[in-house]
Amino acid sequence: MMPDLGRYAEAVLSSYAVSLVLLVLLAAISIRRARRVKRELDAYETRLRRDRG
Amino acid sequence: MIALLIRDVRLAIRAGGGFGLGLAFFLIVVVLVPFGVGPRTELLTSIAPGILWLGALLACLLSLDRILALDWEDGSLDLLATSPLPMEGVVSMKALAHWLTTGLPLVIAAPVLAIMLNLPPQGFGPLVLSLILGTPALSVIGTFGAALTVGVKRGGLLLSLLVLPLYVPTLIFGAEVSRRGAEGMDFSTPLAMLAGITCGTIAILPFASAAVLRVNLR
Amino acid sequence: MSSVWEYANPKKFIQTSDRVLPVIAAMAVLCLVTGLIWGFFFTPDDYKQGSTVKIIFIHVPSALMAINAWLMMVVASIIWIVRRHHVSALAARAAAPVGVVMTIIALATGAIWGQPMWGTWWAWDPRLTSFLILFLFYLGYIALWAAIENDDTAADLTSILCIVGSVFALMSRYAVNFWNQGLHQPATLTVKTDSNIADVFYYPLMVSIAGFMLFCIALIVLGTQTEIRARRMRALMARERMG
Repeated sequence: MMPDLGRYAEAVLSSYAVSLVLLVLLAAISIRRARRVKRELDAYETRLRRDRG
Repeated sequence: MIALLIRDVRLAIRAGGGFGLGLAFFLIVVVLVPFGVGPRTELLTSIAPGILWLGALLACLLSLDRILALDWEDGSLDLLATSPLPMEGVVSMKALAHWLTTGLPLVIAAPVLAIMLNLPPQGFGPLVLSLILGTPALSVIGTFGAALTVGVKRGGLLLSLLVLPLYVPTLIFGAEVSRRGAEGMDFSTPLAMLAGITCGTIAILPFASAAVLRVNLR
Repeated sequence: MSSVWEYANPKKFIQTSDRVLPVIAAMAVLCLVTGLIWGFFFTPDDYKQGSTVKIIFIHVPSALMAINAWLMMVVASIIWIVRRHHVSALAARAAAPVGVVMTIIALATGAIWGQPMWGTWWAWDPRLTSFLILFLFYLGYIALWAAIENDDTAADLTSILCIVGSVFALMSRYAVNFWNQGLHQPATLTVKTDSNIADVFYYPLMVSIAGFMLFCIALIVLGTQTEIRARRMRALMARERMG
């Protein structure tokens, strides 16, 4: 299953690991922030509507 | 415009040491370098052009926030904005005043400090020439940075972060001229590039600075 | 559906992008996973570089996207200055963090590749140096956005910084080229594989590039939505305070 990376295994594996961690981190932070802002805005808008109505 | 220039230069010389500060900083940087890298003469000779350019650049950076911050705080910038003077003229004069009070003294001080760093004799001409040609660009770019951060409280660090990447081409060509000069090589190509950068920034960047300042004064 | 400017309406943008985003995201993950697995497991070693050639399936796409994200920011900044569409300014803002991460990935994988190949993590090679400068520009841009409270002022200032910065970044690119040739012998280190790349590497690389591109687009669209909502929130709160 695992390809034979020879003596450069460390370099290849670490660069894949670093990149994947960064990509996942970026995606996770973006999605979390998007969810939070959306939730806050929705809550705020419903409150505004209730106050008025 | 001339009146504005004279006023700015006078203020810079008089008000609280803004004038001598850059020079003193330049001196200290150059004095500290041998402490950091050791007193070996041949090493100092080879890094002297770079150190002098870097020192001049940092000394320039140090006084950038004074270009506009004081006028912003006491409201005279608003007055200048409503005056018949175009904003482009105002920022150009500000940059020129900064160069006269910071850049020019640095150029004059550089050969003296170069002696301390064992710059070879043939290197003095190119060093002064490159600084004379390069420091106006530093002032103009710095004015752009100062205009960007004028509305930010304690924007000094942000100003450095914005301005330093913009200084890269000037520093590269300026240091290259003086390095090649010190080694007795032909330095006409980087000198032409340096002059080109300076002329280009002086011609175009005041428009950007003025636009930025108008946004900030809105 | 008559013109692209319809999407400059924030509401319209959010409605449309809500429908499109899942598709892009799914395609991004599909391409990314395919490209990277293909590249990692099913490509042969290069006769010269050994297995480190597998790193290009990350390195080249991320470097490409680091530059493309900046280009997108320039275009968005110009649109904001000319036509004053808020979505445009906010899209530029959303692209910056994506660009930073791509720059970091490109620099990091480059350093890890350079260690066994060139014998050093870092060389002041023109390409590397230019990327470092690009990274600094990204940092300054993001810091300026963060420092200014008024949204429209921040959008104006960052747009101008982005455009001026691009000119200086280009100048730095040429300056750095010149500087390095001035210091060293002509660069022997920049033997890039993409100019003479073989088919076995070419196809997975293309899939991987597509994956990175879709991934960045998805994140930028998502980030733009977030910025639009955050801006609306601030506007509503300001209006409420006014009474």
